[in-house]
Order: sequence, then structure tokens, then C-alpha cells
Amino acid sequence: MNSDVFAQLTAGYDGVSPARRNLALFARMALIRSFERKLQELFSRGRLPGFVHLYVGEEAIAVGACSVLGGGDKITSTHRGHGHLIAKGADPRRMMAEIMGRTTGLCHGKGGSMHIADYSLGILGANGIVGGGIPIATGSALADRVLGRDQVTVCFFGDGAANQGVLLEALNLSAIWQLPVVFICENNGFTEWMRTSDITAGSIAERARPFGVQSATVDGNDVLAVQAAVAEAVGRARGGGGPALIEAQTYRMLAHNEGEEAFSGQYRPKEEIEHWRGLDPIDRFAAVLAEDPDIGAKELEDIREAAARKIEAAVEYAVASPEPEPADALTDLYARAGA
Amino acid sequence: MPSIYMANAIQAALAEAMAEDPSVIVLGEDVELSTIGATKGLIDKFGANRVRNSPISEATVVGSCVGAAACGLRPVMDLMFSSFLYIALDQVANQAARLRYMSGGQVSLPLVLFAGTGPSGSAAAQHSENPHPLLMSLSGVKVVFPSTPADAKGLLLASIRDPDPVVFLLDLMLAGSRGEVPDGAEAIPLGEGVIRRPGTDLTVVAIGSAVPQALTAATELAHAGVSAEVIDPRTLVPCDWPLIFDSVRRTGRLVIADPARRTCGAAAEIAARAMESCWSSLRTAPVRVSWEDVPIPFSPVLEQAVTVSSAKIRAAAAAMLGAS
Repeated sequence: MNSDVFAQLTAGYDGVSPARRNLALFARMALIRSFERKLQELFSRGRLPGFVHLYVGEEAIAVGACSVLGGGDKITSTHRGHGHLIAKGADPRRMMAEIMGRTTGLCHGKGGSMHIADYSLGILGANGIVGGGIPIATGSALADRVLGRDQVTVCFFGDGAANQGVLLEALNLSAIWQLPVVFICENNGFTEWMRTSDITAGSIAERARPFGVQSATVDGNDVLAVQAAVAEAVGRARGGGGPALIEAQTYRMLAHNEGEEAFSGQYRPKEEIEHWRGLDPIDRFAAVLAEDPDIGAKELEDIREAAARKIEAAVEYAVASPEPEPADALTDLYARAGA
Repeated sequence: MPSIYMANAIQAALAEAMAEDPSVIVLGEDVELSTIGATKGLIDKFGANRVRNSPISEATVVGSCVGAAACGLRPVMDLMFSSFLYIALDQVANQAARLRYMSGGQVSLPLVLFAGTGPSGSAAAQHSENPHPLLMSLSGVKVVFPSTPADAKGLLLASIRDPDPVVFLLDLMLAGSRGEVPDGAEAIPLGEGVIRRPGTDLTVVAIGSAVPQALTAATELAHAGVSAEVIDPRTLVPCDWPLIFDSVRRTGRLVIADPARRTCGAAAEIAARAMESCWSSLRTAPVRVSWEDVPIPFSPVLEQAVTVSSAKIRAAAAAMLGAS
């Protein structure tokens, strides 16, 4: 597959035929997987500064959710945010440059992996604070509501953030003001190195119920299931029907952050990881698509290779980009510096 | 020129800002009713879409202001008491003060967090805080601390029009004070201090309610033959350092009256900068008139004992003149 075809597949979903639309979902998931695998490799070779939290195994959630959003719609993301950004259309080259701390990075090297943002695409930022994006997404939806804009905000957060008080506050606030915001909890089973079920009472999805907020639980490793659930919630929110909470159940295939083996030990059974490897969202979707006589296994393999090449090019771009000057640390604090 | 109360000046600024810019909204606890009158009547004038009573959820409401500011609104949130800012500190310190810088300048966050601040008479330790020193050290939020109704109005207009997050502190000891306020929407630029009273023997830099206290002290000192210059920085971030340094170089003596605990207070920063920049002009060490390093106590006697007063400012100035 040449790079133009792959670029077309990952350019957006508008005006794409149904068969190609599914291929586009697959391509976007493959792009995220390649990005994350490359970061894993770069980290292990000591090539990355700072913390890196990888999204391998959770790609179906970001891609399924963002596939139903328009250009004016917004997202907030998390410390495990690369997948959300790529799914919403961020440029992998400028993301890679940011993660390597280069001036060509989306944030000119001031944010890094946990804080990448591209406001021009409605990406209101990854966030290093667990639950930090929840109030921000609520406010983004408030702006749409007050200004009468036909836009929605999707708030990605993790199972760990479900235990932050701001989630309950935001469910309440978005319910009383009927804000167009869809909260998507990516429940990957682990809060850092703690098993989430050990520190979390009841069901996360059910936390919406007392606020009168619509909620659903979905298989987070099934991109079409995620897409359908989010499409319903987004459509309702866009039509003035208020917020929703979706719990997407998945599994964190890799470390909380790369390098954890230095202290974490074996905190989960290998059989459990193997079980979830069998539910890999990209392989599962590939199996579905390969059944389609118009697609076939060869095209899917070509897409994976094209994705890997695109990420290699992103690394080359980042490595060739300059480091910031020390004086750059003193810019960008205020829009108007004043006296 | 009409003489009006501090809260009326705030209300006038809000009404003017909302009239000139439809993206300005007001939200917070009881903003429809308005306990001190600062947001009174706005709901009738501008409607429920732009004036919103919010639940007591400071973290999420402040964070919503951050998100709304990133997406086209200019929210003004009334926190009621600045002590409550601590409930929302993640959203102030980790989000509002950080998102522009962390994103490499991609986003502006034009939001105003408005709060009554400081001791107001036996409100005790959880309703009497002055958080300006903490906010000054954050880098990323501007801090406004006016001492007159005219400044409150002009600085609030400037704060709302400003592209960056602003914490606007209304000293509750001044809530009942009156002053002349010009008609019309005259904004006062952030970062411009003012000489409240010129003098030659020493400089008193005073903040918020310490400004009228310093003016009282200066009048009394004048009877004793001491000429005190009183400077009101009005905004602490940005701060008018040239105005302060110029005064200190002329008088050679510096007293800072700061309604905040002594340790790492605004007075500590002002003293340090004055010593760095005006060392050769200083005839004696700067002196801080600050709160004792304790929470604000409930008893009127105890509250008086630990806070700033005109008597303490006068005593510090007199001692400095006697000693130098």
C-alpha cells in the first residue's frame, strides 16, 4: 500500500463508503499501535525523557469514539493519551517530536507525553492529573451550551479517575445544565499497580444512575460496539438530551508506565495477560474484516505495514528536529505579560 | 462623581463587561441572590443562560471555567470566600495556571475567579484566608487585590478583558467602604501601582485593607514629623516593581504592610526584591508588618492580635525612623 492510500484512510470518515469506513477504523487503530510499540522500543533503548504510558490493547475505544465526532467537537484526554490524540487527528510526527522534547512538538517541548494538546483540532489536552480533564470537558460543553453551538465534548478518563470526586460533581453539574458532554471511562482493570476492583465499590457505569444520566457498559475491545454506543450518546447530547457515561471495559496490556519492571514485580498472572491477548481489538477486527470479500487479509497486512512506515517517518522527523533553546523556558506563560 | 460601595463597583463592572461582550458569563454559589451584592440583579439583566447558580462543587466549577475559557467564553466565577479556592486548588494550580504554558502557548484562558478575602470579623480560620502569596508563587495566574471602589471597578474590567486567568480578591474588610467611582468603563491596566500618599522619609507598600490602615498611620506619623509615602501595588501579578523600587531609592526605608502570614508572604517577596535591587539606597533593613504565623483565630481579641493594623504599621515605621 502506498502512503497516499494510507493517508486517505486516516484522513477522516466523512464521505467514505461503509466498507472503506471500517478499513479507516482499522488503519487508525494500527497507526496508534505502531506509535505505541515504537515508543516502547525507544524507551527501552533509553531514547525518551520522562514518563510514558502506553495505550496498547485499548485502541478500539479512542478510535471508535472519535470516529463519530466532527471537527468542531472536542475531547479531553489522560496521561495515557496518545491513542486519543491520534484518533482525533493529531499529527504523529509532531506528537513524536513533543514526546522527544523538540521544538517542532505540538507544545514546543513544554508538555511532553502526558500533556500533549492540539487545540486547533479540539484536543483540549492530555492531562497528567488523574481526573483533571473531567471538569475541563464539562466547561467545554458549557461553552457550547451557552453559545448555542451544535458541538459535543467527549471526556476520556480511566477507572482510577472514577474515584475522584470531580466525576460525581461533573455528573451532577452536566445533568442540571443538560450539557453536551459524553464521559467515557476506559476501565482497563488497573489503577497504577492496584487492581481496580480492589479499590472501587460497585459499578462505574452505575454511578450515573442517581444523577439521571444515561449510562452504558460496552466491550472496549470491540471497535464497532464502542462506535455504536458513543454514536448514540453523542447524538443525544448534540440534540440537547444532556450528558452520558459510558464504561468501556478493556485491559491494560502493557505497564502502567514503561520501566515499571524495575520495581513492580509480577503483579498480575501471565495467564490473564494471555487471555486478553486473545481479545486484542485490532486482531479481532482484522478477523471480522478479513471475512469481507472486498477486503481480505493482504490489504489488512498492507495497512499495518503502512502504519509502521508512517511512524518510522515520525521518528525521523522528531530526531531531525532541534532541541529548544534554554531561553524558551521563559516564554508562553501569559498571553499578555503586562508590567 | 458618585460615591458607592465596593460591592456596587464590582456589580457595575460586571454589568458593563457583560453588556459589551456576550461571551462573559457569571457563575458561582448564589450569584442570583448575591450575598454581598456583587452580582445582584445580573440575572434580570442578562438572563439565566449567562448568570448561573452553581452547586457547591468548587473543583468542578473552577475547572469548568478553565474548559469554557479554552472554548470561547469569558467566565467570571464568584467563589464567595477565597478560603474555598483551596478546594479547587488542583484546577487552579495544575490546570488554569499550566495549560497555556504546557501547550506551548496554544491556548488562552480568559477567566476570572472572584472572591471575598481576608478576615471579616470572627469568621475564623476557614473563612478568613488571604491566598495571594500562594497564588503569586504559582506562575500562570494573575493576582488582583484592589483597595478602593474605583480600582475595584477598573481592575475588574481589565481582568475580564485580560486573556489570562486572573484571581480577583476583594478584601472583606473593605466591603463596607465607599469611594468615588467614575462613570463609564474605564479599565485600569494590570501591573500599574499607585502612590496613595507621597512622602520622603520612608516607603510603606501596603496591600488591600492594609492600604487605608497605612494611610491612617501616615497621617499620624505626619503629626510626629515623619513623611511616609504609601504605595498600593493594586495587582501583585504582574507587580509594578519599578514604582516600588523608585520610591525605596528615594526614601531609603521600606515597611511592607501585608495582610498575610509572615512566612513566604507577599511582604517577604517585596522585601527580597527591594534588597536585591535597591541595596545601596537602603539605610536600614526592610520591615514586614504581617500576620503572625497562625491560622486566623475566632475571638475578636485574638483576631486583632495576629492581623495587620494601622497601629502596628505606625509602630514599625516609628521604630525604623528611631533606629536609623
